[in-house]
Amino acid sequence: MTEAAVCPVPHENRTHPLGAPAGFEEAISNGPVKMIWPNGVEAWVVSSYAGVRQVLSDQRFSANKEGAPEMRTEGEQILGVPQPGNMNVMDGEEHLRLRRPLSRAFMVKRLNEMRPRIQEIVDEHLDAMERGGAPADLVSSLCLPVPSLVIAELLGVPAEHQELFQATAREMFGKNGSKAEYEAKAAELGEVLAKVVVEKKASGATDDMIGLMVNDTDFDMDELLMLAIGLLAAGHETTSNFFGLFTLTLFEHPDQLAVLKHDPSRADVIVEEMLRYTIGKLGGAGLARKAVEDVEVDGVTIRAGDWVTVSFHANLDETLCPRAGELDLERKAVSHLGFGFGPHQCLGANLARAELQILLRSLFTRFPDVRPAIPVAEMDFREDMITYGAAAIPVEW
Amino acid sequence: MTVRIDQTRCIGSGQCVLAAPDVFDQSDDDGLGLVVITEPPADLLPGVRDAVDRCPAQVVSLEE
Repeated sequence: MTEAAVCPVPHENRTHPLGAPAGFEEAISNGPVKMIWPNGVEAWVVSSYAGVRQVLSDQRFSANKEGAPEMRTEGEQILGVPQPGNMNVMDGEEHLRLRRPLSRAFMVKRLNEMRPRIQEIVDEHLDAMERGGAPADLVSSLCLPVPSLVIAELLGVPAEHQELFQATAREMFGKNGSKAEYEAKAAELGEVLAKVVVEKKASGATDDMIGLMVNDTDFDMDELLMLAIGLLAAGHETTSNFFGLFTLTLFEHPDQLAVLKHDPSRADVIVEEMLRYTIGKLGGAGLARKAVEDVEVDGVTIRAGDWVTVSFHANLDETLCPRAGELDLERKAVSHLGFGFGPHQCLGANLARAELQILLRSLFTRFPDVRPAIPVAEMDFREDMITYGAAAIPVEW
Repeated sequence: MTVRIDQTRCIGSGQCVLAAPDVFDQSDDDGLGLVVITEPPADLLPGVRDAVDRCPAQVVSLEE
């Protein structure tokens, strides 16, 4: 093609709050395509299942954005450079050095041990929702507080600072945030965390994530604080948005919601299909990489120096599963891209899975008649955030 | 049929454990993937193949 199309801005152009930006699906329908981003940069969008896996796992595509501030996310631009501890923009050994020690805290068996505690936190919030009576806002009563409390416990940070975590995350992920606002919140959070670090060092504890980073890694203080702030922010913002989006998707698919209610013990398989479908439907492009040499992807040659982004619309690729464009909660779990792929795949994926399984199962078991109090299309969606989600989900039961 | 994990590139995501919990585990020391049954019986092979497919770091292999 001779002229690149302008990449639609996901948060501004959706014709349905749970669908892709207008024009996006058509634009990507013939394989990799170059689009011009709102920041003026031209980048490929790869959206086939095999192509996305290739871009995210092939070492010839670098996550390093040195010298390319325009390709950083808004949050990263606010942070400026250098960013010790921002492993999202690192490759190879440099990335593994930070990533690997953190894996211990997210081990499958460790998270399985945490499940009863997550269940307890969810139940407490469902109790409170019931006491408050209908209508209730699902976002403020369940979506936001639960992941925020869970990540605080996993890290070993006192939950009394929950408000501060949420405010810092808003500044970090908010498109309209300023450097000064972010720095003020980060400094405040840094003070809280620095105190926690001193306590962990004194006690030698390694049973939570900060203890583990302090007492059992070679991370320096700057790296440690950046990682802790990043984990706190990522740990609640993403899960809370997606739990809300899952609920709304189920409200829009009553036949599938019936499948969940019929056998809530299948929540583990159901969450995989919810991740595949919901994230696939939202489409959009992101996770920029730079080709360090010429690479062939889906029949096109991506030249060294070109920017490449991926779209998780790939979750709806028929090569992944039949009838991929349909939500089918009876489907067996498939290897979807909801958490990304490659060495940068979501570090908290197993935690998110546990939380989403418990949240989904518990909400619809406890409130089998829960339903939206206003039409989904009339709800407010947060367009100021990089992570996308409903601002409020009024429900009744 | 031998199952291997290239530990030099493993990121400890635990996807192999989710795919085939009888065949894989994660080390308590560093969280990295471990092969518990290096030559699994036929009934465990679908799970192992799933693990090969799902591994984000592409470090699980099944040599047939």
